[in-house]
Amino acid sequence: MARIEEYIPVVGQSVIDDLRLLAESLKGKVIQHINSTSVGGGVAEILNCMVPLLKELGVDTRWDLIKGGEQFFAVTKKFHNALHGRSEEITQRDLDIFTETSQKNIEEVNIYGDIVFIHDPQPIALIKKKANNKWVWRCHIDVSRPNQKIWEFLKDFVIAYDAAVFSAPGFSQKLPIRQFLISPSIDPLSDKNKELPQETINSVLIKYNIPQDKPIITQISRFDRLKDPLGVIQAYKQVKRYIDCRLILAGGTAIDDPQGLNVLEEVKEKAKGDSDIHILLLPQNDIEVNALQTASTIIVQKSIREGFGLTVAEGLWKAKPVVASNVGGIPLQIKHKYSGLLCYSVEGAAFAIKQLLNSPEYAKKLGENGREHIRSNFLLTRHLRDYMLLFLSLYYNEDIVYL
Amino acid sequence: MPELIEAKEPFRFYTRLHLSELTGLRASNINQLLDLIKQVPGSSIYHHTHRFLQQHQYLSPEPPNDFAYWTSEVLGEDELGERLASIDTIQFPTIRSLREAIIKTIEDFLKNDPMAKLKFAREGAEFHFIRSISFILPTNYVAHNLGEFVDILRKITIDSIYFHIFEARLRLEKGNNDFSYWIESSIGNKRLADEIARLDPYTRTLENLRKTLIKIIERKISI
Repeated sequence: MARIEEYIPVVGQSVIDDLRLLAESLKGKVIQHINSTSVGGGVAEILNCMVPLLKELGVDTRWDLIKGGEQFFAVTKKFHNALHGRSEEITQRDLDIFTETSQKNIEEVNIYGDIVFIHDPQPIALIKKKANNKWVWRCHIDVSRPNQKIWEFLKDFVIAYDAAVFSAPGFSQKLPIRQFLISPSIDPLSDKNKELPQETINSVLIKYNIPQDKPIITQISRFDRLKDPLGVIQAYKQVKRYIDCRLILAGGTAIDDPQGLNVLEEVKEKAKGDSDIHILLLPQNDIEVNALQTASTIIVQKSIREGFGLTVAEGLWKAKPVVASNVGGIPLQIKHKYSGLLCYSVEGAAFAIKQLLNSPEYAKKLGENGREHIRSNFLLTRHLRDYMLLFLSLYYNEDIVYL
Repeated sequence: MPELIEAKEPFRFYTRLHLSELTGLRASNINQLLDLIKQVPGSSIYHHTHRFLQQHQYLSPEPPNDFAYWTSEVLGEDELGERLASIDTIQFPTIRSLREAIIKTIEDFLKNDPMAKLKFAREGAEFHFIRSISFILPTNYVAHNLGEFVDILRKITIDSIYFHIFEARLRLEKGNNDFSYWIESSIGNKRLADEIARLDPYTRTLENLRKTLIKIIERKISI
């Protein structure tokens, strides 16, 4: 686990000084994070990283979990899908299971924070314990087009909070409480984003039998229709008519996700007969993902829908030119023609890839701009700063606050 | 090097950190945009005319306002986009007057091109109104003369330079940037103060602005 000083060479001393100043303003306040799991999933990953750093900065930060059985988590998984806009049948029985488990947690979870920071829908009902302290609901999900039945059910809880936090402007809702925009971030010192020695990169390429003889185009994503891996192959084939190159499609798929396995089979079928297409079903291995991204000439993220799409930030942080769909949080990370290229279609993606392969200087400039854009806006240090500002904002109503 | 004049009052550098607050208001066409520009709080006009400066601080200068970007890139109204982009923000002493200029630019355009009202943003590309909440904190950096001042300028955050140049002048309605004010009133160098005040910071990146300030002040110190 990195210490706060280790970020100084990446972001500069003054950025860390600002974090210390903010932490000073939060002296005496206890921040209590609550979510449903300590391992696995994006929320646990963020908290595992942020809680120790906030503590090191001097902010009294603690982390508690709610309890829930198999049935409860099956229901909250349905909620999650429904909030993403997928069609899910949610029965009265599902709502009852949610309410019963929530009630047990309300009775058992000890609330002691001056600021209680609730992550995602699973612990949302704890708001019933609200006293004179401040409560924030952090929504990590894309709720731009939610299933209305579930949103209305959850909204009754949400409006009792002091504030809600969303990851992109399009995710916000009409609510009578304050809503803040806090984008997620990447950790520049993590295995996925730290600088790797060339030998490590080479050994990963050798392991997966990928020669470095021509430009490499890569999309790192799980095999899911929403990530459009078939569209990426189509785009690659259009490029390949003019420019010799390789394509890597790498990612995981859950064993219990039959749809994902179907997609993988279709992808393999479509790639058949082209030895320059490398389909890699990767285990969770951050170093390997890092090596593949670093070895790539161009990173692609041709999603049809996307939450925030942090693989874009990962690619940009490695100063790679990125071609990505204009969906979800991607346009926040890429300013078209300045820090990458945005596209809407297979043809658009193919055109952008060709343009970059034929103009290496332009591609290099986009990559460099992209890296600086990520440094300023999407690194963990910015996320820490936003969280501390959020905590402070709960005590002020003005637009301009003198600390 | 000539001896440096000690300031009557030292200059304390402040920093400004901001948090974005979502308003839940969104526009899909130019009419809705115009109506909401009239209604939203000043902190939202401020956000959309200054966000680019902070978020794209290392890139080439860009239109320093989201309204210009959205009307050209999303609605395809390049002419209106250009007119909005070329609003000379530095000429406006208050957010109020800046807001009026934006409204007038859009209204004038719509008078000549009423068909523009029919253009809608595609789903997902609506204009979302956001407001900036500013937190202003004193840093530990204090300058007693121009030598110390320029040394600090090299290492202070971009946020601090931003605060003293942009926020102090427009949002806090001080009428001038803090650097020029201090250089004139505490160092007594009006020429240098004016030279800094004459810079158009909206057509530079913040890093370029930092370099330019350092260059101008260093030149004066070495005379």
